[in-house]
Amino acid sequence: MILSQKHPDSHALNTPQKLTLPHRHYRRRRSYRPKKSQNNVNHVMASEEEKKSVFDVESAKEVVKELRASFAAGKTKSYEWRSTQLNAMLKMMEENEPQIVAALRDDLSKPELESSIYEVAMVKSSCRVALKKLKHWIMPEKAKTSLITFPSSAEIVSEPLGVVLVISAWNYPFLLSLDPVIGAIAAGNAVVLKPSEIAPATSLLLARLAADYLDRSCIKVVEGAVPETSALLEQKWDKILYTGNGRVARIVMAAAAKHLTPVVLELGGKCPVIVDSDINLQVATRRIIAGKWGCNNGQACISPDYIITTKSYAQKLVDSFKCELERFYGKNPFESKDLSRIVNSNHFARLSKLLDEDKVSGKIVHGGERDEANLRIAPTILLDVPQDSLIMTEEIFGPLLPIIQVDKLEDSFDVINSSGTKPLAAYLFTNNKKLKEKFVATVSAGGLVVNDTTVHLAEHTLPFGGVGDSGMGAYHGKFSFDTFSHKKAVLYRGFACDAFVRYPPYSRGKLRLLEALFNGSFFSIIRALLGWFKS
Amino acid sequence: MEESIAELRETFRTGTTKSVSWRKKQLRALLDLVNENEDSIFQALDQDLGKSRVESYRDEIGIIKKSASYSLSCLDKWMAPKKGELPLLFFPAKAEVMPEPLGVVLIFSSWNFPITVALDPLIGAISAGNTVLLKPSELAPACMSFLTQTIPRYLDNKAIKVIGGGADVGSPRVGRLVLTAAAKYLTPVTLELGGKCPAIVDNTLSNPSKAKVTAKRIVGGKWGPCTGQACIAIDYVLVEEKLASTLIETVKKYIKIFYGDNLKELKSISRIVNQLQFQRLVNLLKDPHVAASVVYGGSVDEEKLVIEPTILLDPPLDSEIMNEEIFGPLLPIITLKNIEESIEFINSKPNPLVIYAFTENETFKKRILSETSSGSVTFNDSMVQFLCDSLPFGGVGQSGFGRYHGKYSFDTFSHEKSVLHRAFYPELEPRYPPWTNFKLAFLKLAYALDYFGLILLMSGFRKS
Repeated sequence: MILSQKHPDSHALNTPQKLTLPHRHYRRRRSYRPKKSQNNVNHVMASEEEKKSVFDVESAKEVVKELRASFAAGKTKSYEWRSTQLNAMLKMMEENEPQIVAALRDDLSKPELESSIYEVAMVKSSCRVALKKLKHWIMPEKAKTSLITFPSSAEIVSEPLGVVLVISAWNYPFLLSLDPVIGAIAAGNAVVLKPSEIAPATSLLLARLAADYLDRSCIKVVEGAVPETSALLEQKWDKILYTGNGRVARIVMAAAAKHLTPVVLELGGKCPVIVDSDINLQVATRRIIAGKWGCNNGQACISPDYIITTKSYAQKLVDSFKCELERFYGKNPFESKDLSRIVNSNHFARLSKLLDEDKVSGKIVHGGERDEANLRIAPTILLDVPQDSLIMTEEIFGPLLPIIQVDKLEDSFDVINSSGTKPLAAYLFTNNKKLKEKFVATVSAGGLVVNDTTVHLAEHTLPFGGVGDSGMGAYHGKFSFDTFSHKKAVLYRGFACDAFVRYPPYSRGKLRLLEALFNGSFFSIIRALLGWFKS
Repeated sequence: MEESIAELRETFRTGTTKSVSWRKKQLRALLDLVNENEDSIFQALDQDLGKSRVESYRDEIGIIKKSASYSLSCLDKWMAPKKGELPLLFFPAKAEVMPEPLGVVLIFSSWNFPITVALDPLIGAISAGNTVLLKPSELAPACMSFLTQTIPRYLDNKAIKVIGGGADVGSPRVGRLVLTAAAKYLTPVTLELGGKCPAIVDNTLSNPSKAKVTAKRIVGGKWGPCTGQACIAIDYVLVEEKLASTLIETVKKYIKIFYGDNLKELKSISRIVNQLQFQRLVNLLKDPHVAASVVYGGSVDEEKLVIEPTILLDPPLDSEIMNEEIFGPLLPIITLKNIEESIEFINSKPNPLVIYAFTENETFKKRILSETSSGSVTFNDSMVQFLCDSLPFGGVGQSGFGRYHGKYSFDTFSHEKSVLHRAFYPELEPRYPPWTNFKLAFLKLAYALDYFGLILLMSGFRKS
């Protein structure tokens, strides 16, 4: 446990003495058996059925020591190494798609299309972007210099931070593991990846594939749960990128603080969708469904969490949802192969609790069916749940969609801002230009999309990250490269034209000349110089 | 304090600080504050640190005036959303990245440049549209008092508040405390710390005129800013054995020209901030082996809190003076057989805020850049990188993280919000279930931006 009773920092953080990560009690299942048998000595496993070795603080120290040595030897810095690794990762995804899809089905019952597109294709696309742009990203950026430092030239050089840690999540276990690793590699770092134990099949597969395809002396996968993560967090890293929830994020950041390690935190929040009335309702509904139930059945950080619409429009919206949901998933969604299941019984219980709350249970207008044995909850829509209900205060992260009604749509901004937290994303469906402008100006969130949901994730020229409680830092595309780089400022000066005005003994004349130099105007400089020569 | 913060939150909520006119008004008011109170600032800096007027102008007043004017002139550009490129697949759509203020921000400033390190981040926070709580250091009490009394007279009280007090900030130890506290709220942090900033000097010393310039810049860069009490002051020098005496003699010469021949005649130089720092520095010299390595200076005046510029030649590498950030007027010179060893030497210590290198050897410059890590690197000068608004100012590793100055200040206090505008048409049916092989093939091609493949697929010339 990171925050056990005896942990020195626990009292300082004023957090619960005993930490339970929300996903602790995952369902036991048959371990995923890889197709090829391999004698893997380069990754460490700590699964319940096969405890080959215990990964403790000493083990973590050894891993970091090895990576630091590799980094110090300069292995990861060359363009060749970086592009070789990125190409290897691309090949890894291309040659193992069926195994990846199978592991995701095992862990999440993820439909093949979601796995192929949102995990495999997106990782491949990310590799390709990095490979295409790497040379350009690595090049120093020229910086302007001013009269004050004349003559001089300046540039900003990107250098790797060193040895970085990526802690990934269970819902998009391939994407959220490898996308940051791509950034870390592109920027020339050595990396440890800690996949989520809540998705054990994909964790095992990632460990095996990384050992087979990537440079083991510089890129390692450490599997395990809380003890292994704690052991890793005690080490000094040059950066940590964590994807997950706010509670664990605080622990990660506090651990990082001991070593002055900067962090990127990709968290979540309640992503609202504001729906106006004068729109193409069918398209809007479908896009909301695609972003909600089409993304791991609502278990995604940028899934629409709840909807705000006007009282006069709500019923139309509900009817449209019913129609499109049936079109997509059939009359009995439990029979559809196109919906992920709830990841484990812990989350199933959590979501059931949200539905069973007294003030909420009567508000279900569609769905609500549950199948505990198979961890299935039908796409469920609720209308007019109270603002203080659990379902409206916690991030849902599941297939439940509350609709809140307001008198006029402009009131929705107050609803969102009054929550006191900033979500990872916010969405608006409207054709009203003024409403769009107000939305963009007043709603603070990691990212905004107008007239669609979630697709901004796929656009590598947009920084992907949160603000406030939804996180800090950003990545994707060049932002990944930048996040894992130190931008070193370099100023080149020559020996000529040494400005005497800098040096003591100081005088009024020098003071005037300095003032003029700072002012930057030639006229005042000449005047000061003339004044200097006069005196 | 809770009330002040609540008021700042409320002010931010009203949206006052977001408008470009509010931000510009505050920046102009800050310029007025500095222009109209120059004498008071000179006095406060003299009282707290014994800074002379030129030093105060060069390192504090001038910097703030330049920074505020620069921000004023660039603000419209900085606030404008940046367009994002989108692939054809998204057509018609528009993407942009919009900077928005974070909300209520806290600035801790330090005592050594009490005006600059308080007001320069403030300029960034205001430019980005935030409300601010500023905590100047109580270790520079006259400046703290000046800021506490003067800021409310010029700036918007409801949005910018000053609270006195605060520990010695700037060290890694305090950095850890701040970061741990911030972790409770998931507050992002910029830490501007320090480190042992080395100056490498190679055989440019063999050229007499370059040796002169090098020595002047080392002397000016060591004792000029707050008598070495600066995060970017030269902490120690690395030079080849055979050139050490040339360097020492030239440095001594300029110490005497700039600051006077001895302790009694010392001028144009600040003093040590307080007894605690004074004792700390004196203690660094107490180690007999360290004391034996003093080749110039070493005299101290406890009453006036003055230590004369002191040069040491090869103090023991395991002594405190060679392992702690000196932050004072003591300059160890470490000799090496070959100047290229300086890279390994620097890498054996935590990453500094800046590395200075006096060299014209392009290969050596490239090696320094690629084989060492520091906040920044300056070739053939010292300190002046601080004046460049186009260069990010910040550390890496133990010297800190995050950066500011110029637009970097604006960015540091902003959230870059990505915004994607989509149209209702055209609609891509393959986005929606029920899934089929065709839809899978379509999406695979779409994600690979294989437009030709897509055309083939849709026209039936490619199987799904």
